Amino acid sequence: MQWNSVSEFFAMGGYALYVWGSFGLTAAVMVIEMVLIRNQRTELLRDLRNELRSESPSS
Amino acid sequence: MKIRAIHWFKYSSPQNFYFLAGRLWPWFAVLAAVLMAVGLWISFFVAPTDAQQGQGYRIIFVHVPASQMSMFIYMVMAAWAGLGLAFNTRLSGMMASALAPTGALFAFLSLITGALWGKPMWGAWWVWDARLTSELILLFLYLGFLALQSSIDDPRRADKACAVLALVGVVNVPIIYFSVKWWNTLHQGASVSLTSAPSMASTMLTGMLVMVVAFWMYSIAAALARVRCIILERERHTEWVKHAVE
Repeated sequence: MQWNSVSEFFAMGGYALYVWGSFGLTAAVMVIEMVLIRNQRTELLRDLRNELRSESPSS
Repeated sequence: MKIRAIHWFKYSSPQNFYFLAGRLWPWFAVLAAVLMAVGLWISFFVAPTDAQQGQGYRIIFVHVPASQMSMFIYMVMAAWAGLGLAFNTRLSGMMASALAPTGALFAFLSLITGALWGKPMWGAWWVWDARLTSELILLFLYLGFLALQSSIDDPRRADKACAVLALVGVVNVPIIYFSVKWWNTLHQGASVSLTSAPSMASTMLTGMLVMVVAFWMYSIAAALARVRCIILERERHTEWVKHAVE
């Protein structure tokens, strides 16, 4: 373990912007991609169900 | 003795693959999350400080996996595209289209994390050298693939056009990989290769490999989850989709 304090950890030896920027952006991109896929699925399912309902008005 | 053959072609039908992917992707997502937690812990608490780059080198733990995935996804995408052209299977084009956005995101991450690494170490966000430029071309190939896909209304024709683009673009992947050998460049050479011992501390190497596997799992989960949407969309007028969404 090379950190003596929490603030030293966050300072990243002076590279905070670059290190946290890289890790943060990567994490953000992955989370956003998964959320987008989920939204796409939710919308698609709603669409398909609406289509089904309009095709069979009797039920 | 009975030999049980695996019916691979069973899963080349979009309907069967839809349900298979639905069962598989959560497992890959869980594996990705667990491996990423382990990888992050090694990245920040186990791997030692670098003698030359201090703490700044830790960017390697996202930069290398992202770059490597951006190239590998392209190869897999081109392989699916090639299968689609050869066997005319519908699923192949769907898989290629499901992989493209994830590959594009990794190419983008590779360039941005590279810039964030280049600025403190080289003093420049960007240089027009062989490695960086060929990776930028890879991003453009992905974007071209996505643009071409969305510009052709008939998905089967779009698949064929995109397959040709994907296959032609494969030539860029070895150029990226060998660029650090073929041309003089600021970019360092490969830290890990098949032919020589790795040039880094073993805990750094372990951390990097764990992250690489984690990114693999993530990519598989994302591609499987996305291909399910693509299958539903394209098969929307079939009976099985009507049953599946009810």
